Amino acid sequence: MSPQWIAVIGTSFFAFALKYAGASVPAKWLNHPRVGRINLFIPIALLTALVAVNSFASKSKLVIDHRIFGLGVALIALALKLPFPVIVIGAAAGSALAYHFHFLAQ
Amino acid sequence: MSVKRDSLSLSFAVGAYGTAFGAASVSAHFTVLQSCLLSLLTFSGASQFAVIGVLGVGGSALSGIATATLLGTRNTLYGIRMAPILRLQGFKRVIAAQLTIDESTAIATAQKDEVDARKGFWITGIGIFIFWNFFTLLGALGAKAIGDPAAWGLDAAVPAAFIGLVWPRLVDRKSRLLAAAAAILSLALVPFTPAGVPIITTALLAVAFGWRS
Repeated sequence: MSPQWIAVIGTSFFAFALKYAGASVPAKWLNHPRVGRINLFIPIALLTALVAVNSFASKSKLVIDHRIFGLGVALIALALKLPFPVIVIGAAAGSALAYHFHFLAQ
Repeated sequence: MSVKRDSLSLSFAVGAYGTAFGAASVSAHFTVLQSCLLSLLTFSGASQFAVIGVLGVGGSALSGIATATLLGTRNTLYGIRMAPILRLQGFKRVIAAQLTIDESTAIATAQKDEVDARKGFWITGIGIFIFWNFFTLLGALGAKAIGDPAAWGLDAAVPAAFIGLVWPRLVDRKSRLLAAAAAILSLALVPFTPAGVPIITTALLAVAFGWRS
């Protein structure tokens, strides 16, 4: 089985297990404020790490390439409070332009 | 009436974003079928983007699953919050569990009474499920037709999607500090650890930051 298939099945299994657990366990089990705080912080840490690695890593090397233009456009769009699709499409357009004009080509 | 309108417009707006997932997933070397199965079965945007994001940069299936699963833990807390409002039993609990995501919980908990809360939860959950899966297929087929993902900026669309997901969460100084620390730690680990490890390691930062209030 390819890593993609394992990932699809494993991710889906645990995603549902977590959801179903929430609908089934007594609330007091997870009522500790520390659990709540860590739960709020986990997405911040993981999503930011995903931004960083997907923007600046190429295999096991750190690189600055066309993707940084996409990141720049996304940050500007966020600062201007533009809607989500504009952020993603703008970033793609910025990166694609840099790619075609060979800015920062590796 | 307004809960219905709010739920439906949110469903469409969020669901349309499935296009970005489908496209990103295919450009991260998942097949169209695998992309659609992730949307049908995982049905949690951040987890889905995480698993394709980790495997897309060469991470193992295990680190992809672990990262996606950590991102899914918040759905457990949503479920706990929704359970007394929805009062579920049997098969209905299975369906409601699958529909327990950021948006369905957000709409439901924004309502003043339980009738509207239930309505908001079900309309938003079912609405997003339908649109999200339809647009995933569309995006996946589109990206497959396009070919080279970098030529269309799809490799930058993935981090842009993550930044769009994390930005609204950076509401105070501690959150922003954590984000900065996570970015630095993950990049520092890239040259020295297998792909995927730099991302999941930052969960330890979240635990450290959340330990004390």
